[in-house]
Amino acid sequence: MHLFDKVTDYATAKSAFFDGMTLLFGGFGGVGTPPGLIDCLIDSGVKDVKLIGNDAGFPWIGIGKFVCLERATHLLASHIGSNPTAGDLMNQGKLHVEFSPQGILVERIRSGGVGLNGFLTELSKGTQLEYDKPKVNIGGKEYIYEAPVTGDVGIVYAKKADTFGNLIFDKTARNTNPYVAMASKVTIVEADEIVPMGALDPEEIVVPGIYVKYIVQSKGYNWKWVWETQDKQ
Amino acid sequence: MGDTRQTIAKRAALEVKDGMVVNLGIGIPSMVPNFLGENMKVFFQAENGILGMGPTPKENAEGNLSNAAGLPVTILPGASYFDSAIAFGMIRRGCIDLSILGALQVNALGDLANWIVPGKRVPGVGGAMELAYGAKNLIAVMNHCDKDGQPKIVTQCSLPVTTYRCVQKIITEMAVFSIVDQQLYLDELMPGYTLADVKNNTEADFSFSTNFKAHD
Repeated sequence: MHLFDKVTDYATAKSAFFDGMTLLFGGFGGVGTPPGLIDCLIDSGVKDVKLIGNDAGFPWIGIGKFVCLERATHLLASHIGSNPTAGDLMNQGKLHVEFSPQGILVERIRSGGVGLNGFLTELSKGTQLEYDKPKVNIGGKEYIYEAPVTGDVGIVYAKKADTFGNLIFDKTARNTNPYVAMASKVTIVEADEIVPMGALDPEEIVVPGIYVKYIVQSKGYNWKWVWETQDKQ
Repeated sequence: MGDTRQTIAKRAALEVKDGMVVNLGIGIPSMVPNFLGENMKVFFQAENGILGMGPTPKENAEGNLSNAAGLPVTILPGASYFDSAIAFGMIRRGCIDLSILGALQVNALGDLANWIVPGKRVPGVGGAMELAYGAKNLIAVMNHCDKDGQPKIVTQCSLPVTTYRCVQKIITEMAVFSIVDQQLYLDELMPGYTLADVKNNTEADFSFSTNFKAHD
């Protein structure tokens, strides 16, 4: 695949998934989670997946659709409250959930994505979210070491991609997507619109294409949001 | 129940001042903007990537423009979008004037528990730990007692703590408390509640604020 033409089909994207992989996924409550790639992940039949992302989606939205299939063994996330199945699986011992403060999680992904070795914070000190993380004493003050995370595969939803993989995002669908793109060995982007190189203003590009391996054309969200299914208030 | 939540949100809205940057949690806090004065100019930050969030759209709602609860919103002139690292960077750095969060328990020292009921509800910590850490002012809003009638203002949190020593004010349907130097003070009784109600439903010891008042 040429550096300047990464546009491919879902079958090729699917071949990047494998059993036991660590998968980074973009999105916040499903907003900014690539719907076509989620279906592709489900179709691929892969299992024993270690998931890393902001949250567990909703049972019918985003990564939640995959979580409910019990083919993930681990989930590193900040929040699973919108997907009760994830909580049930956790309480039944079928899904190992590690919680992280939301911004610390994205910084861990960012750290992995920018070639750093993690960072120190006092944020979760003294709480259950310390887990068994190493502690470092500097100048008489104790900090928690937060390790970087990377993904074997990352799935990203962009508003526009050029054929090199330069990306721009849509409103609150940006969230963790730029760092998922940067921190994954194989980054697959689902884009609402794919344009030729040169069509994006370099000043508006959020993620440079160097991080991207594959680009697929999106058909848009294929789930209903919570507010679309509730009665008008 | 609905009325109780509205009452709490309405009282919490009095804490929002003109020119503030405010982050609201999910649940009761999200109802606070409904009770702000017409001329109040406030910037709401949403940790999913908006500074300058506006009200619910009357039409043309879209999935990609939502608040942290996933509900559709609008933006105000001057608003910006950003990624999650920047969203929490501004929270941790202390750029948020006021955070209003829901709570499961708060103790007299200002410790907040709001992320897990072990073996039962497992919502997760979300952005609460960072808001509690970084916001200049943190108000916990909650029903005074839990569904079983147990006090939520406690001597010691029995639930896992989200952040220690962070809550500066507690607003419930019965009362408003402030926490200063790890001491709990009763500021106000809410309409319809007596001091006896509050005493009977509050586990933690408290003193009276110098400007204690029954209600408006």
